[in-house]
Amino acid sequence: MNQIYSRGPSLPLRLFLAVVCSAGLMFLDRYTDSSTQLRSYLTAAVSPLFYVASLPETLFSGASAQFMSQQAVLEENARLKETLLQQSGQLQLLRFLQQENEKLRALLGSSSVIAGERLVAEVLAVYSHPFSHQVVLNKGSSDGVTEHQPVIDDQGVVGQIVSVGPTSSRALLISDNTHALAVRAERTGVRAIVEGLGQWDVLRVMHLPHSADIREGDRLLTSGLDGRFPEGYPVARVVRISQDASQPFMLVYAEPYAQLDRIRHVLLLSDSRQLPAVQTTEEQP
Amino acid sequence: MRKPQGTAFIYLSIFVGLLLTVMPLPQLVKLARPDWALLVLMYWTMALPQRVSIGIAFFTGFVVDVLVGTVLGVNALAFAVVIFVVALHHLKIRNFSIVQQSLLLGLLLALYQLLLFWLSHFLTGVYFLPQYLWPVLTGMLVWPWVFWLLRRYRRQLKIQ
Repeated sequence: MNQIYSRGPSLPLRLFLAVVCSAGLMFLDRYTDSSTQLRSYLTAAVSPLFYVASLPETLFSGASAQFMSQQAVLEENARLKETLLQQSGQLQLLRFLQQENEKLRALLGSSSVIAGERLVAEVLAVYSHPFSHQVVLNKGSSDGVTEHQPVIDDQGVVGQIVSVGPTSSRALLISDNTHALAVRAERTGVRAIVEGLGQWDVLRVMHLPHSADIREGDRLLTSGLDGRFPEGYPVARVVRISQDASQPFMLVYAEPYAQLDRIRHVLLLSDSRQLPAVQTTEEQP
Repeated sequence: MRKPQGTAFIYLSIFVGLLLTVMPLPQLVKLARPDWALLVLMYWTMALPQRVSIGIAFFTGFVVDVLVGTVLGVNALAFAVVIFVVALHHLKIRNFSIVQQSLLLGLLLALYQLLLFWLSHFLTGVYFLPQYLWPVLTGMLVWPWVFWLLRRYRRQLKIQ
């Protein structure tokens, strides 16, 4: 009567096998390092699916761009020109400051900060589970993307690359609760760790003693001490501080600058530390 | 026993379910996305338990893990457990009316979401938000249509 038992192992045995296999996978993925490589292969295998799934969205936005009125395009063009003009004006000053900075650093004998190459990537409109804050990008190893590459947008730090396929890659956002990065407060230089909470608009600043000088509104920048993110990029703004003397540390919450739930275009930063120019100069302690 | 037919079509429907799982949706309804792949698998397990069962469920769950970026194996385990329950009681579930099926499926979908949350909480320490349970409701609402569509699909293509 029950055809299901006529062939192969029984149902409970199959379930047992599935449970054992998935427990092994979870352990491998969570507690060992080999999963990064594995995930990259898997991302490569499923990346066609990402492109197929985002096809309707791409077509739709392409069509809406086609039918944008000429007036709107002209207005947008004028606006963009204005921004470009303003920004190139600021850039002139920046070049001057950069030169001056380099000279001063050379006088001090400290290593110079070199801007690495940047790569623009677009976020593919595919779904990620709310438990894991990740986005899929449309650039992969064939464009020179590597694992652990920092990702920023026009506002601040977004996250880092966790797995790379040939034509797509996955970035872990700073709001994911498995992500943490080293920061320092711009005003006082206090160093801290910023950890994600699994919410789009709140991060937690960890391990700040009660005596630390930090205020609401302080800007937190990357400190570069984690060895992944280059120094000086804005991460978050402190929004809430609660002091509870029974706790060993202050409870500090910060709001990320990047709008993590609606990012569209991002910049991938290349590691500038590997340039030979840096290694010849002496490291300042 | 009848000769199995139309294996490719079963896989095609599961593939479409996977596509719908990662298809972009507007921000507002994003959290309410039904678990399409699981619904499709539930139908096939109910209709053809000797063809589609825990093995395929495990594999599909694994692909879902890769696609949506959860810890590998979490969805695979949750899929396998839910499909185990469906396969064990497929004869009973088949005889239910569509409304009863929907209600029962709601329970199973809730079990799936909770398994997913418990495992993720244990592994990565996520916090629970009540809106994570929206897919249970939407899954129950779309089930009659999924069922009707897949039954027509199965009969039209003589998958057995």
